[in-house]
Amino acid sequence: MPGPLALAVWYVGIVLEIAFVVCSIARKSFFRYIFLNAYFLLGLGSDAGRYFFLSKFGQASDQYRYAYFYTDALLTLALYLALISLYSCVFGELRFNKYVRFGAVVLLLGTALFSYAVVVQSEQKLATRFAYELSQNLYFVGLVMTYILWGAVLKLRETRTRVVQFILSLGLYFSAYAACYALANLSSQYSVVNYMSAAIGCLLPLAWTVTMLRHSEESRLEPARLLAVAR
Amino acid sequence: MMAALIFAVSVVTLLMFFVSYCRSLTAASSRYEISKEVRDVTGIHAFASGADFTRVMQLLQLCPERPEDRLGLRAVVYYYEILSLFEKTLARLTPSIQLWAEQERAGCANFAVVTLDRRIAFSREILAQQGEL
Repeated sequence: MPGPLALAVWYVGIVLEIAFVVCSIARKSFFRYIFLNAYFLLGLGSDAGRYFFLSKFGQASDQYRYAYFYTDALLTLALYLALISLYSCVFGELRFNKYVRFGAVVLLLGTALFSYAVVVQSEQKLATRFAYELSQNLYFVGLVMTYILWGAVLKLRETRTRVVQFILSLGLYFSAYAACYALANLSSQYSVVNYMSAAIGCLLPLAWTVTMLRHSEESRLEPARLLAVAR
Repeated sequence: MMAALIFAVSVVTLLMFFVSYCRSLTAASSRYEISKEVRDVTGIHAFASGADFTRVMQLLQLCPERPEDRLGLRAVVYYYEILSLFEKTLARLTPSIQLWAEQERAGCANFAVVTLDRRIAFSREILAQQGEL
């Protein structure tokens, strides 16, 4: 079993995931942000699965490692779906919205198929450094997609506080994870990454819950204030 | 090589998203009109300056916490500390950057003032509820 600190971080993450779903139901925004909620519900399911493998086979077992990395890849894809739903929010009023959605779905399926093909070919290596490389690449694709969306937010002068903060939190999350896994590939200090990734995992549900609590759907921001350097 | 490149790009975007996230927090408080009571307590009548931040944070610690403030306030504190360090070092080289850093620090102080106002209102509500009981 993991140490008390790792378990505590894991439990905090679970509580925060539940908190976001509860908050969005209480704020009557569950269906508006259905893909964000679906991501956390899937996260809760994968937590249950991981706990099952952890308690049955132990942390060092191959079964747990496979369960961990497969659910991690699935969750990343679910997060891509959540990201596509944010694309849809931002481009919702434009005529080319359907092309944006189509492009995003093609990218999502392409990434999923590519990852699947790579995993099938290198199945025996999934418990090694390869798994870190795959996660690093998946998070980096997410980071690039979020960065493009952020550019669109600034260009289109998106003012909805909730949407803006959801996207920024997602950008922080993908950047931190991509940096974390890239660091793991550069050095062999895997244990540090395990702690860091668990802590980073708590940040996204925390930031989204706070956004849901603090701001209503009607809250607005001035987009010019979000640029690091004023125009 | 690829890992090093991804690490460098990720760190840069992490910093950029962090700055923008903190700005989205402070920007949301820029239109908030603070109460007369908070203006009297803090001595800030129009807009806070960067130097007010520490004093307002001390006042904030005297009030009961609102759970929804915690993350935002923590992020802004880190942002303020990074800005202060930046202002004391690199920003000294260029006056325009120093001015930008000072404006950002003032935004952080304003965010803290708004949080103080909300906490005082929250404490009042709690006291009123206890009075009803």
